[in-house]
Amino acid sequence: MILAVNILLWLVVGVLAFMAALRGRVLLNDGAREGLWEFIRLLPRIGAGVVGSGFIAEVLPKALVASWIGPGSGFLGVLLATIGGALTPGGPVVGFSIGAAALKGGAGAPQVIAYSTAWALYAIHRLVIWEVPMMPPRVVWLRAAVSVPLPFIAAAIAMALARP
Amino acid sequence: MSSDATPPPRRRRRAFDWSTAAIAAVAFAAAAAVYIRDGREHFLAIFGSDLTLFGEMLPKVLAGCLIGAFVTLLLPRELVARWVGHESGFTGLAVAAFFGFLLPGGPITIYPVAGAFLAMGADAGAVVAFITSWTLCGYTRALVWELPFFGPDFVIWRIVEAVPLPIVAGLLARIVVRAGLVRLDIKR
Repeated sequence: MILAVNILLWLVVGVLAFMAALRGRVLLNDGAREGLWEFIRLLPRIGAGVVGSGFIAEVLPKALVASWIGPGSGFLGVLLATIGGALTPGGPVVGFSIGAAALKGGAGAPQVIAYSTAWALYAIHRLVIWEVPMMPPRVVWLRAAVSVPLPFIAAAIAMALARP
Repeated sequence: MSSDATPPPRRRRRAFDWSTAAIAAVAFAAAAAVYIRDGREHFLAIFGSDLTLFGEMLPKVLAGCLIGAFVTLLLPRELVARWVGHESGFTGLAVAAFFGFLLPGGPITIYPVAGAFLAMGADAGAVVAFITSWTLCGYTRALVWELPFFGPDFVIWRIVEAVPLPIVAGLLARIVVRAGLVRLDIKR
C-alpha cells in the first residue's frame, strides 16, 4: 500500500516534470527548486507534528477524551470536535496530528471526522492567512458560512454508515 | 497555453511559524511527561515508531511539494475556469467538484484558480464546490498528509463520506446568493 502510493505520487511528479521540460529548461528548474524549498520549509513542521502526535496521544487523558468526544459522545461530541477544528491553527500537519492523537487516545471516528472536516474547511487562522489575501473576502466568508453544517453532515454519514 | 495566465501571487515566506512552535512545545512537554512517567524504555519505543512514521512520510511529502510546484507553473488556469464556467446548474457543481478532486497541490495552486473562476464569471456555487472538493477529497492531500497519520481504512472511509459535501456547499452558496443575503460584486 505504502509502496503503491509512493509509486503513484512519483509517477505524477515524473509526468509533470516531463511536461515542464517540454516547455523549457527554465520551467523545469523553477518547478524543481520551488518544490524543494517548500519541502525544506515543511520539514521541521512535519517533524514536530509527527513525532509529537505519538507522545501527545500517550499523555492524553483517555477517559476524559472518551467522555468528551468518544464514540458514545454523540452530537455534543461532534459539536465540540467541530469547534475544536475551527479553532486549531493551520499548517498541514497540525490538524491531522491532533486528530490522529485523539483517535489513538479514545475519540470516536465520527467525532474525529467532524474535527478534521471543520479544520480543513474553516480553521479561522487559515481563512485569514491564506484565503482572504487571494480571493474576494465576500466569497471567502460566504464559503465559510455555507461550510458550517458540513462537519455535522460528514459525522452523521459516518454514524449512519458505521466504520468498516 | 501558459501566456494567458498571470503568475500566481507568491505567499509571504515566514521563517518562524507560531503554530509549529506551539505544536513543538506541546510535543516536547508530552515527550518529557512520558519519559518521567513511564521511563526511558517506553519513551524510546514511542520515539522509534514516530521516527519510522516520519521517515515513511518524507518521500511522499517531497513528491507532494514537487507536484504542487509544477502544477502551479503548468496549469492553464483560464482553460480550467472556462470548463467550469461553461456548465451551470447541477452539472456545473459536479464539474467543479470533479476538478477540485483532480487538481493537486496546496493552497498556492488552488486559490488563484478559484480567483480565475470568479473573474471569468463562474457562479459562487461552483467556486465553493470547487474549493470544498479540493479541501476534502483532493488526492494529493489525502495521500501525502492524511494517509500516514490515519491509515488507508480511515482515510478512504472519510473521503467516501465527503463526496456529497462539495455539492451541498455549492447548493447552499447558491441559495444564499439568490436570497440576496450576500451581494457578490466580483469586479473589485
